[in-house]
Amino acid sequence: MKYAGLLVMPAGFFLTLAALALFADPARRAVFVLCGLAVEVLGLVVAVRGHMVARGPGRS
Amino acid sequence: MNPIPPTSAPAMSDTLFALTLALLMLAPLAIAGVALINCGLGRSRSAAQALLGNLALAAVAVIVFALVGASFAGTLGAKEVVLHAAGKSWNVIGLGPFLLHGLGSAAPQAQLGLLFEFMAVAMAAIIPWGSGADRWRLAAGCASAAVLAGIVFPLAAHWIWAGGWLRELGANFALGDGFLDPGGAAAVHALGGLSALVVVWIAGPRRGKFPKEGLSLAMPGHSAAYVLFGCLLALVGWLAWNAAGAILWLHAPSSALPVTAVNTLLSASAALVATFAVTRFRFGKPDASLCANGWLAGLVASSACAGLATPPESLFVGAVAGIFTPLMVEALELVLSIDDPSGGVTVHGAAGLWGLLAAGFFSAAPGQLLAQLVGIAALLGVLLPLVYLLFALLNRVVPFRADPDGERIGMDLHELGGGAYPDFVIHRDESYR
Repeated sequence: MKYAGLLVMPAGFFLTLAALALFADPARRAVFVLCGLAVEVLGLVVAVRGHMVARGPGRS
Repeated sequence: MNPIPPTSAPAMSDTLFALTLALLMLAPLAIAGVALINCGLGRSRSAAQALLGNLALAAVAVIVFALVGASFAGTLGAKEVVLHAAGKSWNVIGLGPFLLHGLGSAAPQAQLGLLFEFMAVAMAAIIPWGSGADRWRLAAGCASAAVLAGIVFPLAAHWIWAGGWLRELGANFALGDGFLDPGGAAAVHALGGLSALVVVWIAGPRRGKFPKEGLSLAMPGHSAAYVLFGCLLALVGWLAWNAAGAILWLHAPSSALPVTAVNTLLSASAALVATFAVTRFRFGKPDASLCANGWLAGLVASSACAGLATPPESLFVGAVAGIFTPLMVEALELVLSIDDPSGGVTVHGAAGLWGLLAAGFFSAAPGQLLAQLVGIAALLGVLLPLVYLLFALLNRVVPFRADPDGERIGMDLHELGGGAYPDFVIHRDESYR
């Protein structure tokens, strides 16, 4: 899961770049840049969860 | 991909050159402050290794940056790699001469810019060292510093300071003045903080930090005096660093420097007061190490916006950094199992990103906030995964983590053969019962 999260983060970055390249309208560009950042944050959350130390009685 | 000649730097008067050089001579005090904080927040049995590590990592980073990194950073000019897409040019990396060839004949501002980057790469390299304290091997730390200085930092430095695509967002896409980071909040602190997160992930927590059941074990730093003195030392360095950055990257006149210095001081002060209040409210008494973290977070946030914001805005930026720092340090440890002894992920990573965002909020230039967001996206979406990939590969060659015996007896005895405080009694460690 941790690697999946780290792979999602560049995808968010490319969304941000695409927003710059594709849209001239500032509002639309801003929305897509924010979407790209949201994807990156999602990837970061997944990566953080993937690296969390297993706790509790079930831990080996 | 086209190699094109770089744009020339604006001329600089002799007085401003001398002033900037003098300021840059004071900037290492910021590095010394962070080194002392890294040492003080670790355990006494690893203090010598911690402080030696700060020196060694900075030394390796500076050498590698001189050998290859400065070429890719492209501050001295020569050639750059420029991609063309969507009708725009994207300047992605420098291809200057290796081994600092041509440094003596470069334009004065380019020489100062390179000196600034030497300070910056040393600082960026030591930030993860504090987060990996008490279990990160010295050899692995030096190797990671070499990777940061040779590959990752030059990319960031070129994008942000040497006419790279982030700096040109203003010219290419009408996004304010392009991505602004005069004091290194992105290229130094956010990059260092994100690298610290990667180190913590790869090296794992200290033994006994997260027991099978119950809360995580508190492992307080061994010297609050080192930590707090480091904060005072860092202030001097930061004042000089932010002023030098404003001259070099914002082309600020000397008359603007007092405001930059006041903003730096206000940001740190507001952060300290906020952290003091939060920890007093949370724990009944103010927490010295968290207050130090708050002070440093205020300084880090000021790196982005001290040269751009007004004094009231700097107060706000520092106060917000001071409020979220203790809360985030606690959340990372208790909720996310991130064992970060120096708090580098929060203090440098999160506060750096906050400062960059705030610089966009408070800028009058239309589109500046979007430019700052794109810069943050580049840090999170490109540099963090790149650092993870490089460090994970490095970990296979030079294992990051010391063996369990090293952790038990302390990194001083394990790696150096002698302790920092040979006359002190080493107490039994609860985590190894």
